[in-house]
Amino acid sequence: MGIDRREFIRIAGLSTLLGLGGKGAFELLAPGRVEAEIIPAPGSMKAKRWAMVINQKKLDDNTAQQCAVACHRVHNVPDFLNPPDDKLKLNPAVAHRYQIKWLWTEHFHNAFPGDAPAHMAEKVEHMNFLVLCNHCQNPPCVRVCPTKATFQREDGIVMMDMHRCIGCRFCMAGCPYGSRSFNWRDPRPYVKENYPGYPTREIGVVEKCTFCAERLAQGLQPACAEASRGNIVFGDLEDEKSEVREYLRKYFTIRRKAHLGTNPQVYYIV
Amino acid sequence: MADYKNEFGLFAERPKVEKKLFDRNKVIAGIVIFLVMITIPLWQNLGKTVAAPTPSLDTPVIKKLAEKDKKCVMPTEWMRANHMQMLVDWRDSVVRTKEQQVTTSRGRDFVSPDGKQYLASLTNTCMECHSNKVDFCDKCHNYVAAAPNCWGCHLETGKKLAEAK
Amino acid sequence: MLEKALVGTKRYYGLLAILAGLFALGFLFYLKQLNFGLGITGLSRDVSWGFYVAQFTYLVGVAASAVMVVLPYYLHNYKAFGRVTILGEFLAVAAVTMCITFITVDLGRPDRILNVLKYPTPGSVLFWDMIVLNGYLLLNIVIGWNVLECERHSIAPPKWIKILSYVSIPWAVSIHTVTAFLYAGLPGRGYWLTAIMAPRFLSSAFAAGPSLLILLCLLVRKYSKFDPGKEQIQTLAKIVTYATLINVFFFMCEVFTVFYSQLPDHMAHFQYLFVGLDGKTQLVPFMWFALVGMTLAALFLVNPKLRKNETTLAALCGLVIITTYIDKGLGLISGGFVPNPLEQVTEYWPTVPEAIITLGVWAMGFLILTVLYKIAVSIKEEVKS
Repeated sequence: MGIDRREFIRIAGLSTLLGLGGKGAFELLAPGRVEAEIIPAPGSMKAKRWAMVINQKKLDDNTAQQCAVACHRVHNVPDFLNPPDDKLKLNPAVAHRYQIKWLWTEHFHNAFPGDAPAHMAEKVEHMNFLVLCNHCQNPPCVRVCPTKATFQREDGIVMMDMHRCIGCRFCMAGCPYGSRSFNWRDPRPYVKENYPGYPTREIGVVEKCTFCAERLAQGLQPACAEASRGNIVFGDLEDEKSEVREYLRKYFTIRRKAHLGTNPQVYYIV
Repeated sequence: MADYKNEFGLFAERPKVEKKLFDRNKVIAGIVIFLVMITIPLWQNLGKTVAAPTPSLDTPVIKKLAEKDKKCVMPTEWMRANHMQMLVDWRDSVVRTKEQQVTTSRGRDFVSPDGKQYLASLTNTCMECHSNKVDFCDKCHNYVAAAPNCWGCHLETGKKLAEAK
Repeated sequence: MLEKALVGTKRYYGLLAILAGLFALGFLFYLKQLNFGLGITGLSRDVSWGFYVAQFTYLVGVAASAVMVVLPYYLHNYKAFGRVTILGEFLAVAAVTMCITFITVDLGRPDRILNVLKYPTPGSVLFWDMIVLNGYLLLNIVIGWNVLECERHSIAPPKWIKILSYVSIPWAVSIHTVTAFLYAGLPGRGYWLTAIMAPRFLSSAFAAGPSLLILLCLLVRKYSKFDPGKEQIQTLAKIVTYATLINVFFFMCEVFTVFYSQLPDHMAHFQYLFVGLDGKTQLVPFMWFALVGMTLAALFLVNPKLRKNETTLAALCGLVIITTYIDKGLGLISGGFVPNPLEQVTEYWPTVPEAIITLGVWAMGFLILTVLYKIAVSIKEEVKS
């Protein structure tokens, strides 16, 4: 027998690779075995381009906070700053690092950096602007995601697929608005009350506002729009008769960092 | 001297080495010990039996169903074999399309073969009837040592049960 | 040839033991990170990349610098570098392995890392980064191993090795360019949104990498019978000199563009790094040390007397390594994320677990480097005798 050590190791290595690779290839190439029939639920809302108009002129601080609370409640967003149990209390610096926010308020010079003149209308200076993911038409976060875990839907919504996210946080670096949050630790202990209509998240994935895609699919308005007492209008930008277009025709609106070319779809009536 | 070919196809002179199995007894002993150890799971459990899993359908929601409605979204035998694939398909179709094209969601309602429509949701459809994860899902999963981490995110109690409580 | 790594002096075994121990310690803390989440690091919602990504960025530069020994030898027949190409290539192997490990350690869901292959996204720079890093690793392993083996048997390397060596030259440039493109294409990060990011990366890589190689060559000369050669080290020193000068020049270009244009968005990051922002001044001393140190190192290196004296050369190389590390490590990442897109300041500093995991990965890299260098040096000693 003429096999030497080197030859043996080579054959063993190749066989292992083929064995492992073969199984992997089989799983990758195996066709779907199920004829699942998934159809839109009755009443599900459709649009060509979802957009949101926030009437900051009429939105008072209280209502704005309620919008944020509603959003975080129906999406099981954890609260690290005010945990439900005193035993879970964190050092404020740590809580600030871990915080997850989908919708929250900022002052003008934070929401629209660079646009604030030295002497601004007093009302606007102290206004609490609701900020969230802008669901840009030209989203840098989608461009950079290596797995398409965040992707742009046909109807314009920039979705998050928590099943696929590898937690590389490139999208967080890419977002020019700071709209994305990461699960630095297990969020479940810090979720006040489990809302059953939506899952919680696990460690290691990025999350953000998804324009309540799961509610739109069931004919409901986004949670923030519902809680806003009519001050947030949500609809189809491409439908000339939609409320959103009506507002855009009637009022002058501004968008965050519009000059970056991301084409954000959240408009603010100031 | 025989032509020598190394792993990258190079030809070169190779020194002649006598082929012999050194430390033969130790090597054979080592192989035998290795084989014994690696087959421990097989012969250690010879003669022992583990009871087949008994998933329980005893939940408040199932009890309330009329006899004719006591069925799952797909036939039981089919579900036993394919529920994992079905849930993956639900996930892909609801969050993104099934073909991995990243354009839109197919929708959220699942149409079963008998025409009935259900919300395609683990928590709010499956777990509504099967609200006893420990006595139903875990029974078989523990038996086959499968550890699906769906419930790391997806909650165990659906909307209707939560409201009832 | 691996058998060369299994025998050595007591000092060699001791070094391996220490490095293995540090690696094991880092690994234990990594298990803790897998269990708890990346929250054990100092990362935050505002500064979402930190120490791990900084190490990765720095080490890609070190890996790319292997081209600085390969290029003169293969393209311009600079025979003297024939002695040290293997050292450069093996340094690249160790460095790229560390890069890939740092990326894996930084992921929130490393169990899903294969998603990058399952769902390829050519539009994402991270996808290309994965391809070029792994390709470069493979290239250097194949080239280095084969050339060394041929040297051992005193035969000329086959033609296809030469082709691979030629490929490795633009490939080395590409790995660092792609890494720079991770940063340079993000519209929301003013500190990084500059065309000069890739050239800056390359210049600091060609300063830091050959500096490290010089130090390693001096160590190899001291602790083995193989002498990489005085001329080789001097040529490397000249490369370090030019690269460091260019690196400082590039930085000055950045400063000019930002401060002459007076764009607040871009100035804010430089202000945070060099004078502090909102009272947060954590990085200010480090950045000044890095800038002044790097400039001084560059100017001193110009003096041929200081280069020829290998003690002063070693000290200056050490200074170059430290200052480029601070600039590319702490400065680049923190500077890019602070202030955040809403003009708020959240500072970042690595935590102890984060530092230990980082140390563990460095130990793993140096372990690989020690083993590979042992093999290379032993073969060279064997061939000489």
